[in-house]
Amino acid sequence: MTKADRDTGSRQGLSGRRAFLGLAAAGVGGVLLAPGVHLMEIAQAAVPGPSPGASPKVRWGLLIDTTRCAPGCTDCVDACNTENGLSGGTRPTDSQWIRKVEIKEIRTGRSQSVPVMCQHCAEPPCVDVCPTGASFKRADGIVLVDRHSCIGCRYCVMACPYKARSFVHEPLVDQKADVPRGKGCVEGCTLCVHRIDKGQGPACVEACTKAGHQAMLFGDLNDPQSEIARRVHELATTQLRADLRLDPGVRYQGL
Amino acid sequence: MKQTLDGFYTLEERIFYVLLLLGGGLTLLGLTAARSVEEHGHVITGMTNQVVWGLPHVFAIFLIVAASGVLNVASIGSVFGEKLYKPRAPLSGLLCVAMLGGGLMVLMLDLGRPERLIVAATHYNFKSVFAWNVFLYSGMVGIVAVYLWTMFERRMNRWSKAAGLAALVWRFALTTGTGSIFGFLVARQAYQSALLAPLFIVLSFAWGLAVFLVVQSAMYAWNGQRLPEAVQKRMARLLGVFVAGALYLVGVYHLTNLYFARQSAFEAFILLGQGDASSEFPALFWAGYVALGALAPLVLLLHPRLGGPRCTLAASALVVLGAFALLYVFIIGGQAFPLEIFPGHVVTSSFGDGVIEHYRPSLPELLLGLGGIGAAFVLTAIGVRVLDFLPQDDFAALGMAGKD
Repeated sequence: MTKADRDTGSRQGLSGRRAFLGLAAAGVGGVLLAPGVHLMEIAQAAVPGPSPGASPKVRWGLLIDTTRCAPGCTDCVDACNTENGLSGGTRPTDSQWIRKVEIKEIRTGRSQSVPVMCQHCAEPPCVDVCPTGASFKRADGIVLVDRHSCIGCRYCVMACPYKARSFVHEPLVDQKADVPRGKGCVEGCTLCVHRIDKGQGPACVEACTKAGHQAMLFGDLNDPQSEIARRVHELATTQLRADLRLDPGVRYQGL
Repeated sequence: MKQTLDGFYTLEERIFYVLLLLGGGLTLLGLTAARSVEEHGHVITGMTNQVVWGLPHVFAIFLIVAASGVLNVASIGSVFGEKLYKPRAPLSGLLCVAMLGGGLMVLMLDLGRPERLIVAATHYNFKSVFAWNVFLYSGMVGIVAVYLWTMFERRMNRWSKAAGLAALVWRFALTTGTGSIFGFLVARQAYQSALLAPLFIVLSFAWGLAVFLVVQSAMYAWNGQRLPEAVQKRMARLLGVFVAGALYLVGVYHLTNLYFARQSAFEAFILLGQGDASSEFPALFWAGYVALGALAPLVLLLHPRLGGPRCTLAASALVVLGAFALLYVFIIGGQAFPLEIFPGHVVTSSFGDGVIEHYRPSLPELLLGLGGIGAAFVLTAIGVRVLDFLPQDDFAALGMAGKD
């Protein structure tokens, strides 16, 4: 074969390949883009307006008095599990929205029992890192997960400094109508938002108060007349990981 | 390999179909594993609420970081005009797209809700590094596709350098983005470091070139060809420089951590196994990454009596193995260490507070990860078969280059 033959062959081969590649690229591009463009319209049309129940003037918060919280008492945890339809299991793959952490200071040996849940930060890292915006903060400061747009990437679990989020590892049964959950989604304490929107307080606080412990107080941190705002104003309270400056809505007294 | 009428080398038909079958089989196993996880939930994996990113993420992040690094070969050729690297640019671009595809496949299929991919493609939170990465990854595929086009299409050849430069800039942004996924996690002792972005860039240089050298060796061997010695020697030395640079930055990352008192417990755990006698991380770090993944390749590549084709291949394979060891320590070890919510306190709870998590990867996770490699392999094999991706050195020009 002469060089000229080879060149001709090469050019023919190139031209065929070029046409094929052009067609393939156009086809693949069309197939990939068309449904996306169409669905983007639907998705944008479906975005709901601001929640009518949440007021930006309100900042819901909790004050936890650790001096009144007894070691081993799980009244708040049990109430949370019942209210939200959690199994109460404690395997590493089970969801726990609130947990009791028993702490002992290494230097002094002072022991305390501390309920820890989502701290409903004003600057929540989980909301910052969520790629789809499924992790969001309501106008009244409650940090939630939109179960319809959570893709289950778990980046928020990585970002949360409080280990407050759980990933649903298994199919769920017997869910509560007010608290929809879903396998493959991330979830955490909602501050019982479904109760708050009905004018009630979180189940954990109610249980703690009913049992006479009085270790948990719920209220509007922005309302100077509320008991929680008054106590936070008068007493020394602690924020967990205050160094991160996330401005959590949950404060601790006695830590 | 045979030279076809139109002057291109393609893989032998028989070898091609065997390779396709192997890669396809591996991909299918990965897809089956993902289907099974989707049906039963992540409870059948080793992942928990403490270690939420497991073995699939080790594979995915390796593939994505190496994908950006493998493109360096093309950049050196197109942007910096090195004659020796120019014929390798198409293969480098193909490998980049293939590995990116494989890595993203693993990441997507490991999602809790993989069927909601369309949500990820239509809802963006631009504060999220993850969301940036969606654009960085898809942009990378687009830019490399254009870059390949400017290389193959003679009319577009003059744009090749500009496209190469765009790809080079983009790949730096991409690896910065991948490193920042971890770097922005302020609450975790293992991450929260600005060093992670440059560290990932240097790691990508080494891992990408190692993968390129393994693939290049395999392709030459299957076709009964020998890589020109000058080419092999220079690429081996370059890999040596990259491996040394990466080892240095890994060292600096741990030294900066050791400097902060609040990080010392984490470093003692990850480097010495303090707090967990059965910890696999110190062995994986020191033996897996430092000794086998960095020092041994350095000797094989840079020792005056070594450095031949076999040594280069062995060194490249070791660099890849070391990469997996390092990523396992970084990703799994970083999560296994408990979050410090109450500094200065001993803590216990029902949710694993204060306890080192013992993650054990399950078979579906391994298969999903291997499936990603299988997919990258299939894409590469098809590319090489359909187009002329195999480097064809112009020996006269190489002689003119005059460098060994």
